[in-house]
Amino acid sequence: MKLRKLTALAATTALCAPMAFAADMADEMTIVSWGGAYSNSQLKAYHEPYAEKTGVKIINDESSNEAVAKLRAMNEAGNVTWDVVDVVAADAMRLCDEGLAMEIDPDEHLAAAPDGTSAEEDFGELLVSDCFIPQIVYSTTFGYRTDLVGDTPPTSVCDVFDLEAYPGKRALEKRPINNMEWALLCDGVAKDEVYDVLETEEGQERALAKLDTIKDSVIWWSAGADTPQLLADGEVVMGSTYNGRLFSVIEEQDQPVAMLWDAQVFDLDGWIIPAGLSDERKARALDYIYFATDTQRLADQAKYISYGPARASSAPLVGKHAELGIEMAPHMPTDPANAQNTFLYNYEFWADYRDDIDAKFQAWLAK
Amino acid sequence: MALTPVQNQTPAFTAAVSAAAGGFFGLFVGTAQGSGLLGLVIGAVLLGAMGFVYCNLLAQEKPVRWATVAVFAIAGFLLGGLPALVVGALFGWFAGWFIFWLATSSYRKHLPPYLTPGQVLWYYSFRVICGAIFVFLITPILVVMPLSFNAENFFTFTPEMLRFDPEGYSLKHYQDFFSNDDWQQALWNSLRIAPMATFLSVSFGTLAAIGLSQPHVPFRRAIMAVLISPMIVPLIISAAGMYFFYSRIGLQGTYFGVVLAHAALGIPFVIITVTATLVGFDRSLTRAAANMGAGPITTFFRVQMPLILPGVISGGLFAFITSFDEVVVVLFVGSAGQKTLPWQMFTGLREQISPTILAVATILVAISICLLTTVELLRRRSERLRGMSPS
Repeated sequence: MKLRKLTALAATTALCAPMAFAADMADEMTIVSWGGAYSNSQLKAYHEPYAEKTGVKIINDESSNEAVAKLRAMNEAGNVTWDVVDVVAADAMRLCDEGLAMEIDPDEHLAAAPDGTSAEEDFGELLVSDCFIPQIVYSTTFGYRTDLVGDTPPTSVCDVFDLEAYPGKRALEKRPINNMEWALLCDGVAKDEVYDVLETEEGQERALAKLDTIKDSVIWWSAGADTPQLLADGEVVMGSTYNGRLFSVIEEQDQPVAMLWDAQVFDLDGWIIPAGLSDERKARALDYIYFATDTQRLADQAKYISYGPARASSAPLVGKHAELGIEMAPHMPTDPANAQNTFLYNYEFWADYRDDIDAKFQAWLAK
Repeated sequence: MALTPVQNQTPAFTAAVSAAAGGFFGLFVGTAQGSGLLGLVIGAVLLGAMGFVYCNLLAQEKPVRWATVAVFAIAGFLLGGLPALVVGALFGWFAGWFIFWLATSSYRKHLPPYLTPGQVLWYYSFRVICGAIFVFLITPILVVMPLSFNAENFFTFTPEMLRFDPEGYSLKHYQDFFSNDDWQQALWNSLRIAPMATFLSVSFGTLAAIGLSQPHVPFRRAIMAVLISPMIVPLIISAAGMYFFYSRIGLQGTYFGVVLAHAALGIPFVIITVTATLVGFDRSLTRAAANMGAGPITTFFRVQMPLILPGVISGGLFAFITSFDEVVVVLFVGSAGQKTLPWQMFTGLREQISPTILAVATILVAISICLLTTVELLRRRSERLRGMSPS
């Protein structure tokens, strides 16, 4: 029955389709993303206009969190059901290395900027993997309760480690990445030496020793929604999470929370196309990617969520929030006022040391 | 009527036991406020003193108890406003009742006179422990319900809610559930999958149970064990196995695939309940029917089925709930097109803690209560019927 419905659908769409609807593209696609407000921003900025333009039926899956494991399983079972997948850059690199994601040629597969700058130049150094099409720059940073910090709000990431000035619980992510860097930075290591120190056994011990000073006051989070909930509850005084989540807590939910942008860690999120799609589905996925990552579309997404567009040419086009009507530029992690002291997620370092440091971190947590 | 003649207790005894109870409550209140030890001491001293004093006021039980309620209510109101007033009044009522219950030895009235003090203590401790277990089990479910009427988008009891201010409450999360496409799609998928899976489980499960209850079937125990195995094997193992198997035969990510997977999970429940009803089924009835010229099919539908129906229905309800609540298997076997309610709740909890999940949970709890009530009523009916049938 389902098959008949599908063929009927295919027949009708084929008849009514405009010229742009090439016959050799699939007319249904599954797009995988993170869910929540983030998926919603993609829905508004990319999916809806694309569906309107082409008549494609887009199915949303919210499995990005387990994308690597699922793509491995799909590959093993010989049944890849996803067409376009939203992953963080580190996951994209793993998928690319394992041959589970398709390689992309930016200049062939992606739109050039309106002024003619090639896509490769427009994305610049954010093209961190051959399979990865960057979409947004987000950051992991701190938010604090304005009503629980007294008259002197925290201004430096090291205030997180200062239990005397800011007593109370803090929320930190339950993984070494970012926490180790912040710990070393606040233990007096110069910013450009952080990774040199963290490479060494003593450096790792040193970072853990610094974290040890606040361990009893830390609530460890693992999902992006945890810290906003803890902040809203007043359960923690400050906590790290993704900057878009904090934007939502502050501006949309009106909670007494403010941003601490110091030492925020930039990371990238973007698309990959799974390897091994049939020609029709691959053509459809590439067509979608071409549309969804052009300059205007990336700028549009910033109307719904405070993540910075990955193209240099999109930045001037970022406007006001679609519902709140506030200027979005000052809420972007990439805004000059916010980006005075930043890290970029060190993909190479963590690719080499992650397993090792993860083990030490977990052992330390269990102590 | 009193079983045991009693006399009033000494003030020392009343004061000591009240102090113990006061300490017990004080420990909880104190822990919630930051210092368990302080709460324990204050609670013990307060109730101990009250116990001692009230022993001398036994004649004026009524006015003293009302006064206690009033004093605690006012103290609560002064400390924490309207909600604390309610809590204070309840606590005052309890404290007054408890002390007089002790002082007049009412607690012994309904117990046999030969019980030792230790046995009396155990009699009441046992009830308190049972009550505590019950509270422990039920509180997490109850807490969800008021939170689902939260006007904020967090799992937080806001000050407005605690003040019983209507501003703090809203139905917006219910509205979100009924107007949001994602949730509606998930609800619709669940409603499409669960009944079909239930139908398959009930048909196959009932047939299997009847077949396996025939004494002449070979390897009955082995077959039974295989059929029941989805209940015993960890769900994640069955789910991973189904994923790879269904992928190969093209069922992964289809409606029918999810229905089949859920039917496999539901069949054991139906087999178990129907087998249990068949124990009380009198085989001479089928022989009598055959004797009167009814074929096996007629016999099944006209004689056997009506008698085992309660078992079939309760098995079906369990199968329905299994499918309706199931998240692991559907995450593996389904694709985004078959996203069910539990799946939506699961991803929702991870990505965005929204009270819409609580609203859905409240609705689901209500549905589950209705279904379980039905099961219980059917079980009673079946017991009644079984009692009537000749053995």
